[in-house]
Amino acid sequence: MSKIIVMTSGKGGVGKTTSSAAFATGLALRGFKTVVIDFDVGLRNLDLVMGCERRVVFDFINVINGEAKLNQALIKDKRIENLYILPTSQTRDKDALTREGVEKVLNELSKEFDYILCDSPAGIERGALMSLYFADHAIIVTNPEVSSVRDSDRILGVLNSRSRRAEQGLEPVTQQLLLTRYDPERVERGEMLKVDDVLEILAIPLLGVIPESQAVLRASNVGMPVILDEVSNAGLAYSDAVGRFLGEDIEHRFVTPQKKGLFSRLLRRSA
Amino acid sequence: MSIFNFFRAAPRASAVQAKERLQIVMAHERAGRSGPDYLPMLQQELLAVIAKYVNIDENKVEVKLDRGGDCSTLEVNIELPAREQAKAAAAAKSAEKPAGNDDAAGKRAAGNAGAKKRI
Ligand SMILES: Nc1ncnc2c1ncn2[C@@H]1O[C@H](COP(=O)(O)OP(=O)(O)O)[C@@H](O)[C@H]1O
Ligand SMILES: [Mg+2]
Repeated sequence: MSKIIVMTSGKGGVGKTTSSAAFATGLALRGFKTVVIDFDVGLRNLDLVMGCERRVVFDFINVINGEAKLNQALIKDKRIENLYILPTSQTRDKDALTREGVEKVLNELSKEFDYILCDSPAGIERGALMSLYFADHAIIVTNPEVSSVRDSDRILGVLNSRSRRAEQGLEPVTQQLLLTRYDPERVERGEMLKVDDVLEILAIPLLGVIPESQAVLRASNVGMPVILDEVSNAGLAYSDAVGRFLGEDIEHRFVTPQKKGLFSRLLRRSA
Repeated sequence: MSIFNFFRAAPRASAVQAKERLQIVMAHERAGRSGPDYLPMLQQELLAVIAKYVNIDENKVEVKLDRGGDCSTLEVNIELPAREQAKAAAAAKSAEKPAGNDDAAGKRAAGNAGAKKRI
């Protein structure tokens, strides 16, 4: 049986797609057969972040509508064994996501994959609801910022009331916090919410803290999940988070300002 | 404390304020999820009751809500026409009840919203 994970947040632009790409890659690197699905119908972007945009022929919606076979729409990653991408449609809208259609595709994927990772669109409308409905586990992507924290709380409420597990009275969807775009220097100056503040407010376990990092943009520029950038703080932080997800006990890094020498300060090349 | 420390200390408050504001607004939102939002209905019914006794000009009704940490206040201020005010005072007297405080038209309804339940 495969495990279904949703990467969700409520708010847009907080790092769901970046995190989905990194996480799926990390799980595959550790030997798990993993597929990452883009639920952002009409605003396809996971393909770009994963670097497979030129190989998209059929998509998730084609499979739901029976216009293509699942195997025709799945894109096998060129770098990593065990990693597959199911891109979404660029032209349809979110009404194309029917619960029965999504369930059918997820059931078929379950037979083959260890992990199915759903990259949620922003909002709490159909696309977001469909991406979280079948989830066993939710990773709540949050920025240390008031509107993101509030929207995350809203999504936690939705997970606890409108997911399949909630509706059927099963074990609740497990939830973990992934705090992204964290800037320890601004935190130290009192300009940004601390990890502990966000944890106290949202009251869910911490999966990881991803620092604000220039490596993220560099990685997306070239279509490489940032977790493959093994010298960047963000890449290492994602790698740690994947380890923790799998039950390893890994200390949190990059949550306090790094002591910078004068030389690196002059160069201004933070990883 | 040097002037540099002064400027450095100032922004410390903003993250603290962010946390406090979030805690208050989210306590209310979580409590609100457990049932329908009763405020609009409460407001309508209050106005209906008052309208039974006095002529209310809808443009002269002011509704304020302040969600606080321990309790919230709903303040409904209704401006009464001079004639109606006299009538209301008379009615209050004939009912042999104290006429209330000077702001007889103002109604305050306080609702407790401390629950932290998620729905
Ligand atoms: N840790 C980070 N550091 C710097 N930039 C980031 C980080 N995480 C995400 N970003 C940037 O934020 C933007 C939104 O990210 P994205 O993953 O597309 O968010 P979402 O899918 O939630 O809308 C992108 O431009 C991305 O490069
Ligand atoms: Mg996205």
